[in-house]
Amino acid sequence: MKRKLFTYTIFLILLSLHTFINAQDRFPRPEFESGYEYPEHQMPLERPHIWEYIDVIVLVAALSITTWLALKKRSRQGLIWMSLFSLIWFGFVREGCICSVGSVQNVALALFNDGYAIPLTALLFFTIPLLFALFFGRVFCAGVCPLGAIQELTGFKPVKLPKSVESVMIAIPFIYLALSVLFAALESQFIICRYDPFVGIFRLDAPYTMIVFGALLLLAGVFINRPYCRYLCPYGVILNLFSRFAGKHLTITPAECINCRLCEDVCPYDAIIPSDTALNREEPEQSRKRFIANLLLVPVLIVAGALVFQNIGPSLSKVSQEVRLAQEIRTEKETGIEAISKDAVAFKEAGKTEDELFAEELRIISRYRKASPWAGAFLGLSLGIGLVSLTLRTKRTEYKPHQGKCYSCGRCFKYCPVEVKK
Amino acid sequence: MKRAGRVLIVAPLLVLPVALYKKTSASGHVWQIDPFKCTQCGQCKTNCVRTPSAVKCVHAFVMCGYCDLCGGYLRQGTKTISTGAENQLCPTGAITRKFVEEPYFEYTINEDLCDGCGKCVKGCLDFGNGSLYLQINQDLCADCNDCSIARKCPSDAISRVPADQQYIPKERGTLNPKPLNPSE
Repeated sequence: MKRKLFTYTIFLILLSLHTFINAQDRFPRPEFESGYEYPEHQMPLERPHIWEYIDVIVLVAALSITTWLALKKRSRQGLIWMSLFSLIWFGFVREGCICSVGSVQNVALALFNDGYAIPLTALLFFTIPLLFALFFGRVFCAGVCPLGAIQELTGFKPVKLPKSVESVMIAIPFIYLALSVLFAALESQFIICRYDPFVGIFRLDAPYTMIVFGALLLLAGVFINRPYCRYLCPYGVILNLFSRFAGKHLTITPAECINCRLCEDVCPYDAIIPSDTALNREEPEQSRKRFIANLLLVPVLIVAGALVFQNIGPSLSKVSQEVRLAQEIRTEKETGIEAISKDAVAFKEAGKTEDELFAEELRIISRYRKASPWAGAFLGLSLGIGLVSLTLRTKRTEYKPHQGKCYSCGRCFKYCPVEVKK
Repeated sequence: MKRAGRVLIVAPLLVLPVALYKKTSASGHVWQIDPFKCTQCGQCKTNCVRTPSAVKCVHAFVMCGYCDLCGGYLRQGTKTISTGAENQLCPTGAITRKFVEEPYFEYTINEDLCDGCGKCVKGCLDFGNGSLYLQINQDLCADCNDCSIARKCPSDAISRVPADQQYIPKERGTLNPKPLNPSE
């Protein structure tokens, strides 16, 4: 027993000596004789965090002014100036970060992961525009979002898309939202930020493909106004939902609609709901049947969506860097094809064992298996609600904007002949 | 109907900040490189959304050996030890070499020229004390939501650090991450 203790003591002393020797630099610190003094270890400047708070203040101010311009002042001109301001401030000065569209991912990441602390500004940028949407409609889109602003200012020649194309394309944002939340929640990628088409323009610095994508979107946007907002923007899906329940909303007419039909075709976003004519009203009996049929379809669609996503879950997990690396290493082991990607080279240098990597891969894939069905169920539910809402009809006696689709851009103001008597 | 929908929708929006209250950080975080994890793979130079990259080399003078034969300054296998461009390891010539006294030389980084390729860092770590290392210049960093270098960083060296301590400085006495190679 005593002997053992002795050996251990010797061993411990040797070990501490070893660490001490290793802690030494390879080359000893020089002893200068010329009176040389060490320069200070200079670090680059720190980032002042005051800007983020200024951003939040500007956001609230911009939203308030836009609301006033859209709902009270009813000035398209004012909204354009507001867009220009937001484009310059949130776009070119603050360089597109942080934006509400991307904040969806921060919220998703924070909700499902304990290790991540969401910046307060990100949380505020996520909630404040939604609150405004709940009270006043999508004023955020009208004049605050820099992505919307750049498209609004370049949409010169609006062309209407066929209804069939439109109704297929509006499904894309839902898929984009589901995937971006899924990928962010599972710590794989922030696809909204990565494929943000205009941030390269804001920074005047981007990879070639990003510039091409952004430029093409802008070019298409000259005719198909706001292509990103309509067919891609994932935050728009949430805004759309909130805006449907908006307390107050922009109106086409300042007073009472006289059903003159002058505004009927002016909205490039197809967001003006015409007033009912007796002709296109369906038989109540038929309408009720369709409503019930679609309602019964909702659970079926949810289950179908969940099943589809359950199946593609493992394939989706390939967006995770670890999973890709693990597969590359496995291919090397099985087929002898050398893994030469930078990740693989660094992995071999880093000294992590393959078993650890494969265990990590399994953990990520199983997380994807668990989470993917929820994304599928969300898509099924959205589709189901969309179908049900097609069969709902309320009696309308006036032309008014569709609260979900309307960006409160104010293009329709000048087409309304009604004036308020003073 | 509309009112019911409103209540149904407001509820999660109000619950959200409450649920996330404990997870928010008011002071914020910034992206930074952990010099002890960094393997100088060169991704920092090419993957930053900024051109040139916001990643810059910094020099901890107190760790420096002031070597004449500097592994961070001179290209391997150079015939002469001089400041000639053909001898310099740095592709942009961002390191200046100044004679202090026999046999010591001081090396300083010109940050404007540095593009964060990390060649000198690798050289210094392999042959010297590891006093050169890469840091993200917070003044240049766009603070992207998803750092595009972190996404590519194979050694997971880039992570968010609290904003009140934006740099991870190397100091004297910190263990050299790569132990001395006995064959050297």
